[in-house]
Amino acid sequence: MIKKGIRIEGLRKRYGKGDTAVDALKNVNMEVAPGEVVGLIGPSGSGKTTLLKCLGAVIEPTAGRMILGDETIYDDKWLVRDLRALRRDKIGFIFQAPYLIPFLDVTDNVALLPMLAGQRNGESRQRAMELLTALDVQHRAQAMPSQLSGGEQQRVAIARGLVNRPPVILADEPTAPLDTERALAVIRILNDMAKRYETAIIVVTHDEKIIPTFKRIYHIRDGVTYEEAGEGREFG
Amino acid sequence: MISLAGRDIMHGWGKFVFTGMGLGLLIGVTLSMAGIYRGMVDDAKVLMDNSSADLWVVQQDTLGPYAEPSSIFEDTWRGIAAMPGVARTANVTYLTMQVREGDRDVRAMVTGITPGEAGTPGWPPYLVAGRQITRSHYEAVADIASGFKLGDQLQIRRNLYEVVGLTRRMVSSGGDPMIFIPLKDAQEAQFLKDNDAIRQQRRRTAESPAFNRPGMPDLLDAVTASQSTNAYVNAVLVQLAPGTQPEEVAEMIRRWKRLTVYTRDQMGEILTGKLIATSSRQIFMFLVILSIVSTAIVAFIIYTLTLGKIREIAVLKLIGTRNRTIASMILQQSIALGTIGFVVGKITATLFMAPIFPKYVLLEPLDSAAGFGIVVFICILSSLIAIRAALRVDPAEAIGG
Repeated sequence: MIKKGIRIEGLRKRYGKGDTAVDALKNVNMEVAPGEVVGLIGPSGSGKTTLLKCLGAVIEPTAGRMILGDETIYDDKWLVRDLRALRRDKIGFIFQAPYLIPFLDVTDNVALLPMLAGQRNGESRQRAMELLTALDVQHRAQAMPSQLSGGEQQRVAIARGLVNRPPVILADEPTAPLDTERALAVIRILNDMAKRYETAIIVVTHDEKIIPTFKRIYHIRDGVTYEEAGEGREFG
Repeated sequence: MISLAGRDIMHGWGKFVFTGMGLGLLIGVTLSMAGIYRGMVDDAKVLMDNSSADLWVVQQDTLGPYAEPSSIFEDTWRGIAAMPGVARTANVTYLTMQVREGDRDVRAMVTGITPGEAGTPGWPPYLVAGRQITRSHYEAVADIASGFKLGDQLQIRRNLYEVVGLTRRMVSSGGDPMIFIPLKDAQEAQFLKDNDAIRQQRRRTAESPAFNRPGMPDLLDAVTASQSTNAYVNAVLVQLAPGTQPEEVAEMIRRWKRLTVYTRDQMGEILTGKLIATSSRQIFMFLVILSIVSTAIVAFIIYTLTLGKIREIAVLKLIGTRNRTIASMILQQSIALGTIGFVVGKITATLFMAPIFPKYVLLEPLDSAAGFGIVVFICILSSLIAIRAALRVDPAEAIGG
């Protein structure tokens, strides 16, 4: 496991060319240490989603540098050939909605990633069960996603994001559909998991309920990030 | 690695199976069409095989006796029987007509056979019930496909015939059941008119100065007698002695008798290549249309199923699933759908369609195997559109609202 979090330096993303070009990201600088959970907030159109897609190796930035763990993955161009494998092995994703695969049970939803990475089914399921136990949903291991509550589904989604022990997890508004109590529970879990697995977690959010829980926050405005100290309140 | 396709199918198996059953009915119709074609070819071969002939001697320059009308003198067989290499000959007539029994009638191929014994050319080679024809008149052997039973009284023209024997799979190339009657009766039936027509014909003949000449009273009687008798048959069936080359004997008959002769190979070509050629083309076109419709339906179903999973596919791609895995999932589902459809279609065609279809439906195992191969190919082809749609899904769709 890589233990150096993620660092982004001078990241830029331009859509289009010539007169119609739009600079979605102008100068993004971030650094998230292993075990840390930071917030990324900003108004609509500020570039949050574009940044998330760049960090998730889904779209290619225009310039800048990204260092994931101890590996520079982008330096004005991708330095990694297989971005799909990069996403699979080194980046965890947690979405606004859980987006669990409806035809796989809870265990296989979590175990799918290591299986895709070539691990044996038994080992993958064992690792999935460890995470489900850590997230207190092990009793629903055989259930289908449709049989879970919203909170349980989100915990399973967190387990899926963690299962390959990635150095960074990108959480895209993970508490949006949840009430305050459950939203804070999710943030508590993310903090616990970040510490336990030494993972850097970036939480993109609009959610006023959870913003005070971050110790560090990155604001993004017109494609530029500004760092500020958060309140770091206790959860619930 | 778990089977994503298998899990998806099991998750919504009801929808999948019912869709497969719907497709299966279409495949069943397609298989039945192929079976109908095979049945037609088999009917033609059965007709040829059951005649027990090695050569068919017919009117010159005709494709008789099955594909075109043929008429030759009834004593032609004598000269042929005397030729070297000929073991047996027999006259035969064929007449497709409605045969009545009580209130119902059946379309049948009435075959006139010469007196003799089992094995004589033209005779039914075996019976499933009753006996062969032993009397010279008014006995019949019917195929069970006609629905007639032993003892039934059949009406052919004005005469009644008692069914004394039953055959199986003795049909014309069109699939009509065959009914065997004595040759003389069949010859008469071909041109037998009603009493009014006969009386009218006799009056007209008597009034004709060409036939009713003064001082020649026997001429009118002779002409009248010739008008009420039929001295023609449709063909002479020839069995050859062992070791005889059919083409040599055929050539001899052609040369000396000025008649057209067909060997088994040639007759087979006429029956399957000419007689059912139009029907074959029609059925082939139906098969093509049904295949296209099946392809479109499978493509539509798989495409719709895939569109319903766009978000899941985006998530799968985002978390690092290979395109190959996603394409394989769609392909496997398509093939599974086709397999369910084929099994349902095969069962439907074998158990429900073939027995009740009014024509002989021959479902050959090799055709079924080829059919399965075509279904799999169609499924692969059909899944390409869905696979293309899935591979075009942007993993970024999983991120953001």
